[in-house]
Parts: sequence; structure tokens; C-alpha cells
Amino acid sequence: MIMLTLLWTDIMVWILIFALIAWGWVISRSPQVKKQWHTIFKSSIAMASATVLLFYLFFTLLDSVHLRLAKTSPGQNTEQQYSEMLSLLDIIFSHNIKNTERTYSAPFATHEYVKSIVIDENGLTTQKHLPLKYVSKDDDLLSKSIVALAVGFVLSLFLILIHLFWRKGRGAFVAMKKVLKGEADLPWRTAYLTLTFLVMTFTWLYILSYSYHVLGTDKVGGDVLYHSLKSIRTGVLIGILTTLIMLPVAVILGVSAGLFGGWVDDVIQYLYTTLSSIPGVLLIAAGVLVMQVTMDNNPTWFETTLERSDLRLLFLIVILGVTSWTGLARLLRAETLKISQIEFVTAAKAFGVGKWTIIRRHIIPNLMHIILISVVLDFSGLVLAEAVLSYVGVGVDPTMHSWGNMINQARLEMAREPMVWWSLFSAFIFMFILVLAANLFSDRIQKVLDPRNDT
Amino acid sequence: MSPLLSVKDLSLRVGEESLLSSVNFEIHESEIFALVGESGSGKSLTSLAIMRLLPDAISVSSGDIRFKNRSLFALPESQMQKVRGRSIAMIFQEPMSALNPVMRVGEQVAEAIRVHLDIKKEEIKDKVISLFEEVALKEPEERYNWYPHQLSGGQKQRVMIAIALACEPDLLIADEPTTALDVTIQAQVLTLLKKIREKRKLSILFITHDMAIVGQMADRVAVMRNGEIVEQAACETFFTHPKHPYTQMLLRDAIFQKEKEEMSKASEPLLVVKNLKVYFPIKKGLFQRTVGYVKAVDGVTLSIGKGKTLALVGESGSGKSTIGQAILSLVDITEGRVIFEDQNLAHLAQRALKPYRQKIQVVFQDPFSALNPRMTIGNIILEGMVSLGIGPKEKTLQDSYIKEILLKVELEAEHMHRYPHEFSGGQRQRIGIARALAVKPELIICDEPTSALDVSVRSQVLHLLQKLQRESGVSYLFITHDLSIVPMIADEVAVMKEGKIVEQGLVEDVMGNPQHSYTQQLLEAAPKLPNLGLTPEDVYNTKE
Repeated sequence: MIMLTLLWTDIMVWILIFALIAWGWVISRSPQVKKQWHTIFKSSIAMASATVLLFYLFFTLLDSVHLRLAKTSPGQNTEQQYSEMLSLLDIIFSHNIKNTERTYSAPFATHEYVKSIVIDENGLTTQKHLPLKYVSKDDDLLSKSIVALAVGFVLSLFLILIHLFWRKGRGAFVAMKKVLKGEADLPWRTAYLTLTFLVMTFTWLYILSYSYHVLGTDKVGGDVLYHSLKSIRTGVLIGILTTLIMLPVAVILGVSAGLFGGWVDDVIQYLYTTLSSIPGVLLIAAGVLVMQVTMDNNPTWFETTLERSDLRLLFLIVILGVTSWTGLARLLRAETLKISQIEFVTAAKAFGVGKWTIIRRHIIPNLMHIILISVVLDFSGLVLAEAVLSYVGVGVDPTMHSWGNMINQARLEMAREPMVWWSLFSAFIFMFILVLAANLFSDRIQKVLDPRNDT
Repeated sequence: MSPLLSVKDLSLRVGEESLLSSVNFEIHESEIFALVGESGSGKSLTSLAIMRLLPDAISVSSGDIRFKNRSLFALPESQMQKVRGRSIAMIFQEPMSALNPVMRVGEQVAEAIRVHLDIKKEEIKDKVISLFEEVALKEPEERYNWYPHQLSGGQKQRVMIAIALACEPDLLIADEPTTALDVTIQAQVLTLLKKIREKRKLSILFITHDMAIVGQMADRVAVMRNGEIVEQAACETFFTHPKHPYTQMLLRDAIFQKEKEEMSKASEPLLVVKNLKVYFPIKKGLFQRTVGYVKAVDGVTLSIGKGKTLALVGESGSGKSTIGQAILSLVDITEGRVIFEDQNLAHLAQRALKPYRQKIQVVFQDPFSALNPRMTIGNIILEGMVSLGIGPKEKTLQDSYIKEILLKVELEAEHMHRYPHEFSGGQRQRIGIARALAVKPELIICDEPTSALDVSVRSQVLHLLQKLQRESGVSYLFITHDLSIVPMIADEVAVMKEGKIVEQGLVEDVMGNPQHSYTQQLLEAAPKLPNLGLTPEDVYNTKE
């Protein structure tokens, strides 16, 4: 028996995904917006970074479906017993959760990183590197790598073919030729190359993770690859869900301040000047501490630690959202002031069109580019903010997998002799690729959507 | 005598696209040479090419420009810098953006002198003041220390001229120097330029789109179209015997004539404005107390007859647009009444106002900001119909209604699925008219609907407005600063100054025999076309 249990953040992620799909359907009906997105993806950098972002999103979604498996223990209880909550990603990497070593080991190592004291049969104590428990004993790294890469290549080829058939149906092979020559309307070749590269790298890491700890193990012997992959969800979630919370607040307050003026404007301006004059970290630290105390006092609220850390993540997202709407609101207020003076708004007023219709039909569509640009720009900022906050200690729950927590732990590891570098390295690489892809993509969006760049 | 400046076979292009193709002209000493054309015809590009200030993307594909028998294209950049300012100076259309806002105007003139001339420090200030005197700035010594924002538009343009004259150039390039100015100021600036020409024996390359200014200023004229000079002639022969059909059309459009229709002279009033006052409060201090009022409209009374056109004329800031907004109830009326069909619209609630929103509509000045760039033309026209409940409710009928309206304003039916950015200024203005027309109004307030348009497009739009009036008997309140179009479109005219109407009456009376000194001054200042070879009859016979 399998029971699907969703955490609060899971629900929000899936709502967001469906909202995105709905939005995509809406814009696909407007030829103007469709053309803009087409222009965005005409750049091969945008295409490649979008592929990378989708890859990250895929892992987030894998990690956002939580299941409880029925225990097959021979209990006589009539009530069904369930195991801990596991996400799909946990199930895929179950061998890594199970195969916990004793302590640190370097990537692809066969022995532990530190020497342990061993007493042999003769009663002599020696210091030596103990062999790792869950590493393959034969020297087959090369042959396994070749197999893994071949599997990855076939898999990506399969994915590309599915995509081509989905887009073109019977004309898929003609389209394939065009793509290979780089003659397609969008740089699909770049996208497919990026996808092949990502899928091959990942299958290589995955298949080898059965016989090695490809990115090493941490202090308590946990697999670093698994940690890094689990951290994707935390980072991406903070990046997109915060925007989801911040956006309606910023849009509603910014637009009403700009359009209605008078006391409404005064109140909203007062609110955001006050809020933005308090240091953000202070506000977040205060909020997190209050929540920490509340949670400690009410341990019965949570069935599992997972639920507890999930709620803490959600709370962090809310706090980040509440503190970060001011910048966008200020931008939107100024732009609304400008737009509401333009004559097409006056024309609508002369037709007796209501205020809300004016906002919906004339103002919001002309603000969309600002909103979109600031959302993609904020995303990478928020991913980095999570790392900083967790490092300072006011971020996500210490038991949660996150790049910030990994970096925080690495602080001591870097001071060891010899240095333990792979935790920090993995967190850095994973975060770096995500933030770089997001920044490159947002650059492109800004270039296309910002009317000031029209020349 | 060799010419001061000669442009030979000048061709410019960007990428594959040709911008100018073999432009030839010469400017002699102390001559005013006018370059006329509509926007995009390449007249400003020509002037930039002379200054060698073309944007990087544009390349010179052939031709040469010789100044005092030296090729400007052959000069090294350091030499060219001496030519700029020293020998050829330039004044621009927008005096607001051509002056540095954080520098005293005297200093800005002094800077130009310091760069180009070797004059002692103490003498520079005297030189600036004498320049200010020459461009007829009052109290030149005091003005030296003023900042640009303290000066009016006309004064700024005078400072710009002073900067241009500072180094005693031989050629002055004036790129639409009066387009941003009011008529009376424009007349003053033009007289000033002429006077300076006499005094200094200066040559002027005068770039403009206004035929009347050409007639007043130029010795010789060249007409540009699509990067080519289509006709070049001395001023008198140009106006009496225009050769090229395009020139003939331009001149015809410039003297746009009212198509005489015999309507009953007296018609009952549709809209009466009585003693209208619109004051805007000036708020200051911590609690936004009202400390005073700006009297935008101060006691205006006027009436518009059914099927008639009232022209409201005045310079910028005279409050003419505010009257339009007050009639539309888009600004709060401080005092007075706006009576439309026996109903006072002032202080009416939004809900009660809605039926009248349908009857009074508006067409705006700037065709580029009047249409929402994110909506299709069909939706733009539909918005008012839906909001006011006009026209059919069913989708297919609505579509055919919109198509009908588009055809009425001489656009095409399939334009309804396009977006505003795909249209030119004149077409957009037609869309604006179609949007107003769709709700079947009885009065349309036209707020400078043609001031952003080229001459030929302007005349098309005015013809369209007249055609619509004949067909549907709609009335217009035509707000304009351009006196030249008033006799052709309006039945009555009201002249505004500082929020008050100084004179009003039938067009023939006011324009033919102005009573008030301000009206006389305005008519005096308005540039007039010289007598044309074409008679109004010719105009009719060749039209259409």
C-alpha cells in the first residue's frame, strides 16, 4: 500500500505549476505575447539556461511528491503501519540513504578519509584508513563509466525523439534534420545538446552512485550527492514561492498607490518606507526566532520532523515575501503613476469604464514586463539569500537539506587538516549553475521585454 | 562666386537600406536655404552629415560635402572639431533638452567661447552679455546667472542662438528651431534670426516642415521626400510655380480649404458652458494645506451648435485643454455649469453621467499614447461600446459593426486584429476617431488632433473629420494652437488667454476683423503663406 501525503510546500509548488501551465495557455492565445517569448528563446543562451532551469525544476518536482510506504512488518495490528515520509527522489536514491558510511570519505574513495585506531589480533594498535563499506571492491570505474554514459546518451536521444514527435508528429525526422543543421526557427540544437549533456552527466553520477560515493560523504557518512540533490528543492522553492507570496502584495499595493493617490498612496508609501528602513536580516531573524519558540512550545503540532522543518521553510518563505515586496511595489507605483496619465487611460475614463477594469485591462498588461523582469531577477537573489540566512543560522531548519546548511557545516571542515573540500564544492557547483542559468535567462528576458531596449 | 557650402551627390545608408540618395544643394553667403519635408524624409540626417555627427550605424556611401572649398569628409577629426562651432553652428528643436539644467546659462555660452576663441577671461563675460543683447534677452547681465529652468521656452531658444553665434560661425544650421514654441514666440525668434542674418552676413540652413515659415524666411527652398530632393527653386518661383507633383500636394495641403456646405446658419445649441471655472489647488507643507489656486479656467462661457464646429484657440498654458477635460468631467469643476441637452453635467455622479459619456467623446493629440499598445484595434474600439452598451451584443455582429466603423474612417476591415504599433501616426489618429465614433457621440472634443502629424497627413485627417460631420451631423469642439487651420474647419472661434476667452464669434468676423489686441497679435504672428500660383479652384479641381 502506498499513501500519498503532501506537505504544505508540496501543495504550493503544484498549485504554482498548474498556475504556470494555465498562464502559458493564456499567453499562447495572444499573438503579441507569444511573439515576445519566441524572441526570448531565439537566443541560444536563453534556450540553454531554460533547459538547465527545467532540469532543476524536474528535481524539485520529483522531491515534491511525498509518499508513505506500507510497512511489511509481520505486525498483528489491524491498523496499517506506514513508514517515514519519502519523496520520489528519496525512493530513487534509497540505496544512498541506506548505504551510510562511518565518516568522511573523498569522492570516489575506497577508504575513509581519516585514520582510525585499529587493534589487530596481536593486540597491537595501529592507525590506518579503514575501507569503506559500500564501495565496489573491483577496479571497474572505467567500464562502468562507459556503460553509464552510453545509457545516458540513449536516454537523452529517447527524450529528444519524444519531444520532436510531440512537436511535429509525423514530420519529426524532417524536423530533426533541420535542428541538426541549426535551421530550426528556435535554437533547438543548443537545447538538445544541453539536455544530452545534463542527462549524460546525471546518469553517470547516478549509476556510479551504486558502487561509489561520487561526491564523497560528510561527517556522519551521508552521501553528498544525495544532499546536494535534496537541496535543490529548498533553493528552488525559496526562489519561486517567495515570489508567489510577494507578487500579489506588491502588485495590489503598488498599483493602488499609483492609481488612487490621496490617502491610499500616503498609507502605502508610509508602509513601505518604514518596512524598507528596517534591516531585512533583523526582521527575518526576529520572525524566525518567534516561530522557533512557538514550535518548541507546541511539539504536538507535528507528526514528523519532516513536517516540522517543512513548516519552518514555509514560514521563512512568508517572511522573505513580506520583507521583499517593497522594491517592486515602489517600481510599480511609479510606473502606474506614469501610465495613468497616458491618454488611453483618459480615453477609457471618458467611456465611463470602471476603475477595476482600467487596472485589469490597461494598467496591469502594461506593467507585465516590469513584473516579469523583477521576478526572474529576484529568483537568483533569493536562492543566494537562503544560503546566507542558513549560514547565519536564521534560515531553514538545521535538519533540512539545503546548500546554506551544507556551507555552514563546511565552515569547520575547511579548517581541518587535511581539508574536507567536497561538501562546500558540491554545494557551490549546484548553486552556481542554478544562479548562473537564472541570471542569464533573466538578462535575456530583460533585453527583450524592457521597452527602453527597443531600438 | 563659389558657394559657402556645397553638398554633392550625398548618399547615406544603414545596412542595405538607403536613407539618402544623391542629395545635391549649395548654400551661398548670407543666404537662408530652407530644407522642407515631412518626418522621415531625411532632412535632419542631411544636417547631421554636414556636422559629421551621424550615428555609427549610418555610413556615407557616396558623395562629398565641401565647406569653403574644403572637403569636410577629408578632414581629420581634430580639424573637424574646430569646424563645428567655429564655422558651422547648430540650434535644435528642443531648447529644454539642449541646455544643461545644472549650469548657469551665461556659463554655458561662456564655455562655447572659451573652447573655440582665444579671449581673455575678463572679456568673456562682456562678450556673453553683448551676445545676450544681440539675441534680445532682456536684462542680459542678470540673465547671465540664471538657470535654464528659470527661462521660458522662447528665452531658452534665444540662449541657444547665443551659444551658436558665440564663435561667429559662417553657417548656422537651424533644425526646426521654432516647432516647440508658441506662435507669438515663434514670430519673435524668426524675426531675430532674420535680423542676425542681415547684421552678420550669416548663411542659414533652415530645416522645417512648415510651408508658411519657409515662405517667410527662405531665399531658396529644397523639398525632400524619402531621402531625395525632389525640387529646388528660389522662394518666389517655388510658391508661384511649383513643378513637382509632391510639392504641389504639400502646398495644397498647407492651404487646406473648408469645403463650403450650406447648412442652416443658426442651429440650436447642443452644449452650453456657462461661467466655467476650474481651479487647481496648490498644496504645501506637512499637512498638504491649500495655500492658493492655479486658475486654469477662469469664467468661460461658450456654446456649440448642433452639427457645428467651435475652434478654441490659444497658446500653451491658456487653459484650452482643461476646458475639454471639464466638459468630459475628467477634472473637478470649481464653479459654473456645463449644460448638455438641458442637463447640467457639473457635479453629476459617475453613474448619472454614464449616458452623457456616450454623447460626448474625445480625440487626443498624441496618436502614439492614445491607444493601449497591448490591445488589438478591435478591442480598443469595442471597449467603449461594451462599457456604454452601444451597438450589437453578439460577437459576430459586433465584429461587423467594428469593421463598418473602420471603413468609415478609411481604414481596412482586417486592421481590427492588429496592434497599434503596426500603424503610422495618421492611421492611429484615425483609429482614435473610430473609437470615439463607435459609441455614436453627438459632440467630439478634438484636443489638438493634428499637431503631431505631418502636413499631408494633417489635411487627410481634417478632411475625414469634415466628412464625418457632413454624414452624421456630429459637433466638434476643436482645440488647437494652429491658427492656419481654423478658417478651414471651424464655424465659430473662441480665442483664449490665461484662462479667459478674450474674443469669440463667427470665424469670418474674428479672423477677418479681430477686435481684441491679443487676437490681432496672434494673427500677426502666425506665419502666412505667400500668394500661391494655385487658386482655391485649382485646389478643388485637382483634389481627389
